Amino acid sequence: MVEKKPIIQIRRLTTSYGRHQILRGIDLDIYPDETFVILGRSGCGKSTLLRHLVGLEKPTGGSITIKGMDVVNADEHERAAILKKMGMLFQNGAMFNSMSVGENVALPLREHTPLDPATIQIMTRLKLELVGLSGFADYMPAQLSGGMRKRASLARALAMDPDILFCDEPSAGLDPIVAVGIDHLILRLKAAFKMCIVVVTHELASVFLIADRIALLDGGLVRFIGTRQEFTASTDPRVRQFLERRPDEDQIDPEMYVNSLLEND
Amino acid sequence: MRALRETAGAFGRAAGQFFAQVARLAGLARRTLYWTTIGAIRYERVRWGDTFVQMVRIGVNSLPIVSLIAFLVGLIIAMQSAYQLDRFGAVVYVADLVGVSLTRELGPLITAIIITGRSGSAIAAELGTMKVSEEIDALQTMAINPIAFLVVPRTLAMLIMLPCLTIVANFLGILGGLLLGVTQLGIPLSAYVKHTAEAILFKDIMTGLSKSVIFALIIALIGAYQGLDVKGGAEGVGKSTTRSVVTSIFLIILADVLFTAIFFSTF
Repeated sequence: MVEKKPIIQIRRLTTSYGRHQILRGIDLDIYPDETFVILGRSGCGKSTLLRHLVGLEKPTGGSITIKGMDVVNADEHERAAILKKMGMLFQNGAMFNSMSVGENVALPLREHTPLDPATIQIMTRLKLELVGLSGFADYMPAQLSGGMRKRASLARALAMDPDILFCDEPSAGLDPIVAVGIDHLILRLKAAFKMCIVVVTHELASVFLIADRIALLDGGLVRFIGTRQEFTASTDPRVRQFLERRPDEDQIDPEMYVNSLLEND
Repeated sequence: MRALRETAGAFGRAAGQFFAQVARLAGLARRTLYWTTIGAIRYERVRWGDTFVQMVRIGVNSLPIVSLIAFLVGLIIAMQSAYQLDRFGAVVYVADLVGVSLTRELGPLITAIIITGRSGSAIAAELGTMKVSEEIDALQTMAINPIAFLVVPRTLAMLIMLPCLTIVANFLGILGGLLLGVTQLGIPLSAYVKHTAEAILFKDIMTGLSKSVIFALIIALIGAYQGLDVKGGAEGVGKSTTRSVVTSIFLIILADVLFTAIFFSTF
């Protein structure tokens, strides 16, 4: 097997909000043309990790290298260059509500390319067609259903033909049928564009459908990393707990409990 | 002793938060200035299309309410001053009083306060809602600078339109006074116009307009700052909108005091 160069390299990444440490040293290599799923329970730091990757928040320590460039310390213009070749699908779509769906998709093209309006219009139609929303260009985001809004947001994320697509909980808030539709769409896009897709989720059903490799985050650390088969075969208790959907056993440290009651700010 | 320490601590924290806010506001002002001037030339264009949309919203759409209120204020000043001046048989000086007080003080001030309530709050609420629904984040991940994309067009529109509205307000306020003076106080039209023209100095109009430029900056930047500073959901948007109006009006009055002290102080 040929040794491939990772497109995203994360080294010893740490983040804390005040005294609360979210990430405690994450090391990850993500390769081009793979679908990499970051799995974890709510509050494990997976969304924070994603925000670091797209440059919305600065980590406390460690490094992130995307396509050979250190994005943590990049200045505004270096970061803009990287961001233009990345797409991000937000959990709630984050469509610009004051613009029509078509204008939403056209916005990155209008801002970053010298293309004339007619070309932009054609490209916008193509992207909307791709996600199954042809004919919806003149709708306002508020007129769309949750699933359609996500598709539209996906079209916008793909507008600049990104090398890396980040998806934050793509199936959150959707019914299972619409959710699996989004998953299939992601699979189709990957087959068509051969891009790197990084998905943050806690939906097991979606993980088994789309993931090439899986990382399980737990308590701010990478608990497990491997392929789908390795994941299902793992004997790690946390992985098993996730797979078997077992709730946490209530473990209360009596001393900590008393301290938390007595604590005053 | 403990109470004292706690009070001092609370005071210190409040002061710390206050100065942190002032610093963030100054940062926003600096970046807005950068993207309006150097940044606009070097990397991107000024979005005149968006600016024009905002000019219509802030300026043109506010025209009826600003006109009506300015007209009524002119009417009120004329009535109040006539009531006093009548005792000295100097009713004709109503024209001077209305003209000077509107161009120097009330025109810019009333316009700024109406626009704070109408457009400053709208800026805060709109940007705040965009922040809450991750639209600001989405802009950033698309490598579109939210300051250049959202704040600069609104600030430019405000800087252009507020002085224009102030001129309209001055004019309609004087018209209100004139209407009352001519119909109710029996001042001949020609005398009223002559008195007004003689009373208003060029300096009065210019200081009034330069004030309105400062007010425009306050309204736009405070609105944008409060909008981008929203935390939490709908409740956060509501709080920030309220704060934008209260802070803007306070700063407008404060700036007015300083301005008047500089240009019209007799001591």
